[in-house]
Amino acid sequence: MATVKLGFIVKSLPYKTEASRLALTHAIASQTVEIYLEDGDMVEPVVAFIGDGVLNCLKNQKAMNMYGVTSLEQHLKNSLLLDMRVLICKEDMEKLGLSEDALIMDAEDIGGETKANIAPFSEIMKEMDSTNHLLFF
Amino acid sequence: MGKLTIGVFSSLVGSLSLDFAVKLADAAIKKGHKVDMWVSGNATMLSKKGQRAFKDYSALEKKLHEMFASGSFQATACEACAEARGFHKEDTMEGWKRHSMDWYLASTFSADRVLHIGGD
Repeated sequence: MATVKLGFIVKSLPYKTEASRLALTHAIASQTVEIYLEDGDMVEPVVAFIGDGVLNCLKNQKAMNMYGVTSLEQHLKNSLLLDMRVLICKEDMEKLGLSEDALIMDAEDIGGETKANIAPFSEIMKEMDSTNHLLFF
Repeated sequence: MGKLTIGVFSSLVGSLSLDFAVKLADAAIKKGHKVDMWVSGNATMLSKKGQRAFKDYSALEKKLHEMFASGSFQATACEACAEARGFHKEDTMEGWKRHSMDWYLASTFSADRVLHIGGD
């Protein structure tokens, strides 16, 4: 029995490319990875938004109206619904003038109990140090 | 010998990141390592059969066939990413598998090293 921890580090802008979407869909895929692993083995994802990537966490995204695709807001809420650890870089929020009120911090409207964490970059670095592998998107 | 998992998200021809990934995988295989390659997003184009080699564009199909023949290389394309781009199972190059994204995560589980090469 073992757990491999993967760090999904999202630094790309939302919608400009599909990078941040792929980060979240790959992280969410950890929910079905067991079909390929031995009993008891698992992959634990942690998602951290840094740099311009914090803009993926903005509330009230209108991707379905504008692009006809599911929003990153919905993917982020699904991640929280699955109790994924989500970190949002505090310094980068401040740099972009974003307050906590502007960001998706929970998925209560779809029954989620886990909240996103606004964390200083030093804490995100510690989290990155604790992972087995880092995947930058 | 070790196992290297390479995830690539860059497009074929439009970026040379895929060429780098394939050459790195080939070098690792030749040193006796096993390599898993995952292609997602625009990189799924690498799995499409019938790529024509021109002098002005990079061509990787022949190299991939050699790598598959080594027995130390497996490659999988994100099925949803490929379908969204109109690449169907019948369009897939021999040797490639198509799975959902959990295949990549499972491959990282047993990898000694993971190299994740982002998209465009």
